[in-house]
Amino acid sequence: MISFSITDKEIDSSTLKEKLGTAEDGAILVFEGVVRNHNEGKAVKSLFYEACESLASAEAERIMTEAVFKFGLSRIVCVHRTGHLNVGDVAVFVGVSTGHRGEAFAGCRYLIDEIKHRLPIWKKEHYLDGSHEWVNCSHHGHNAKHEHGEVSV
Amino acid sequence: MKTIKIRYFAMLREETGKDWEDLKTNASNLVELFDELKGLYHFSLPREALRAAVNNSFCDWQEQLKDGSEVVLVPPVAGG
Repeated sequence: MISFSITDKEIDSSTLKEKLGTAEDGAILVFEGVVRNHNEGKAVKSLFYEACESLASAEAERIMTEAVFKFGLSRIVCVHRTGHLNVGDVAVFVGVSTGHRGEAFAGCRYLIDEIKHRLPIWKKEHYLDGSHEWVNCSHHGHNAKHEHGEVSV
Repeated sequence: MKTIKIRYFAMLREETGKDWEDLKTNASNLVELFDELKGLYHFSLPREALRAAVNNSFCDWQEQLKDGSEVVLVPPVAGG
């Protein structure tokens, strides 16, 4: 079972977590990306997320299929928020379950990195000083940094 | 002449003032389409900073356009 969705409602992690795990799964792992109060030296007041839902869902399906193939994950649940979020709100939920912890950690890491790097989701930061900015758009040509490098199981 | 649906997001939505439009164009591929749109809207980001998708799949800028194609111009992403 794999599932991806985009929502403008608060992410309810405990309900999402209940969808993970089968009798064969010895590891359930959840990552929550949370709005923090600073970025690159600027004090962040709130965020606005925007997504191209049809393209994001199609690309997320590809990412999750890759993760199943690479890491043998049995279940994946990913949810991304859109709209206005405040400091402390959950922006993204990635939950996986599989037989053992190694594949769970590696698979979860792969999913969140690829989500950040590939999905058509944009973030406008509103700063305490009243200014705002689309993240990654002020320095020409820099898409989200690909952080996972050479992850292998 | 073909009609292409173009969807705009984030800073491109702000720069065009539109969520989407149906454009009648002679552009044969995405490079020509982008150049035509840049002439209309004076995008602040160069093509090299963007990606493009046709009918919900990311593709090369050389991708040929067909009548009725739906194009998304994708500025640098920042999900998560």
